[in-house]
Amino acid sequence: MTAATDIDRAIRAAWRIEQPRLITTLSRMLRDVSLAEELTQDALVAALESWPATGVPDKPGAWLLATAKRRAFDQLRRSKMLARKHEMLLHELEREQQTMPDLDAALDDDFGDELLRLIFTACHPLLSREARVALALRMLCGLTTEEIARACLVPEATVAQRIVRAKRTLSESGLGYETPRGEELSQRLASVLEVIYLIFNEGYAAARGDEWLRPQLCDEALRMGRMLTRIAPQEPEALGLLALMELNASRSAARTDADGEPVLLLDQDRVRWDRLQIQRGMLALARAHELGGAGGFYVLQAEIVACHGRALTPGETDWPRIAALYAQLAALVPSPVIELNRAVAVSMAEGPQAALAIVDGLVDEPALKSYHLLPCVRGDLLHRLGRYREAQAAFEAAAGLACNTREQGLMRRRAREAIEAAGR
Amino acid sequence: MRFMYIVTSPQPMRGPSPEMMTAMQALSEREIKAGRMIDNGGLMPLQTGARVRIADGKLSVIDGPFVEAKEVIGGYAIFELRDKDEALAMAKEFMQLHLDHMPGWEGTCELRAFAGPH
Repeated sequence: MTAATDIDRAIRAAWRIEQPRLITTLSRMLRDVSLAEELTQDALVAALESWPATGVPDKPGAWLLATAKRRAFDQLRRSKMLARKHEMLLHELEREQQTMPDLDAALDDDFGDELLRLIFTACHPLLSREARVALALRMLCGLTTEEIARACLVPEATVAQRIVRAKRTLSESGLGYETPRGEELSQRLASVLEVIYLIFNEGYAAARGDEWLRPQLCDEALRMGRMLTRIAPQEPEALGLLALMELNASRSAARTDADGEPVLLLDQDRVRWDRLQIQRGMLALARAHELGGAGGFYVLQAEIVACHGRALTPGETDWPRIAALYAQLAALVPSPVIELNRAVAVSMAEGPQAALAIVDGLVDEPALKSYHLLPCVRGDLLHRLGRYREAQAAFEAAAGLACNTREQGLMRRRAREAIEAAGR
Repeated sequence: MRFMYIVTSPQPMRGPSPEMMTAMQALSEREIKAGRMIDNGGLMPLQTGARVRIADGKLSVIDGPFVEAKEVIGGYAIFELRDKDEALAMAKEFMQLHLDHMPGWEGTCELRAFAGPH
């Protein structure tokens, strides 16, 4: 490790720590999220240029903020077409320049409000889902374009383009950089929760490629969930989503074995579940209930995962309750995937025969045509019923549909086990 | 990655100054809202504690304060951060607050990664 890369890493770390406050402060000053984001990047570049010579300053955050503000100031001053709004900003900035470097006691007070505004802007429903994901990772988590590309398994140029387009949309639409209120709030909040959940699932399920788990995306989503529930603590669905993510992530260490092979829920070593994280998930869930959130989309899902978290051994799992929760969820958002999950719970509560009846009702479902978990679940039920030949065929079909190589391997193994059982 | 921060300082322990309390609260609030600080807490003086120790195959209980203790744990925090670089940057920022708001104070902030893939 050379000294240059050491300082480089130290600089990036200092910048990431400061990044949320940098971008919220600049957004407040400029009322322009895109420009604010660019200037926070510029501040990083400036630090990368000067800190290797001067060393990391005692107060890196203050340095970065002062630099970013100075650049904002320069940019506005250079601009020939000063709008009235900008003129006012210029005066404000000039005043602030004079009082620097005594930084921001006042600004810190509205850090939460600013952050909330930023979250709502980055996750604006006007933007495509992919754009919202990219923008959230960039603006809220401080990930680079390259990191986002690697994490989301898309080319860097694609991510760059998504971000540029999204920023243009935000600028051109003249969207107010405001926190939505009243009726609009719930719709906008749903969009934010969707983005966070997408990011979490992208990391947790890693549906494509060789990586079973891309933990960084899960971590970023969790951080955003905690952020949101801290600055908007009265939203039960946000708490439900946080609970869902904490409870799912608590099993991360147990989800793969020493060779990196996936370990299914009921085979996991529960000692390796993260108790601290389970506790936090339970706390968020309880809070969601206190706020009247029972029956919400995310709260229901968290409730289901909590049933596993409460069970110290697989045998203690309250399957009838899980089946009932899935039925409630299916009534809220009719979906064949939820029905399939309900079938699994029913198989545990009542046995494979009752579950197979549900699954057989789903085989013609167009939405599940290429969904590998349908033949996988069916194979499992058939195996348990002693119908090994049919089980083998189902697992082979599942292997053909799985797009994750590890899952393909798992399906093939189950198919082989079915043949062996048939031969006995 | 999950990190624990343990702050120790030599006896006799000095509580934080009011300026330090304000600065620390601002930092904690920012870190909680940024989703990075998971937990934190200050610890009461040694006389509230006890030590259960094994030596020479025997178990013994010693009530606080422990006269032989040179360094005292004053508090802890748990953070979830991307890597050790971030953890170090965080620790430096926290300790810089002491330099700024508690002149003459000396102490150590030790940071340790949790075992397991957090």
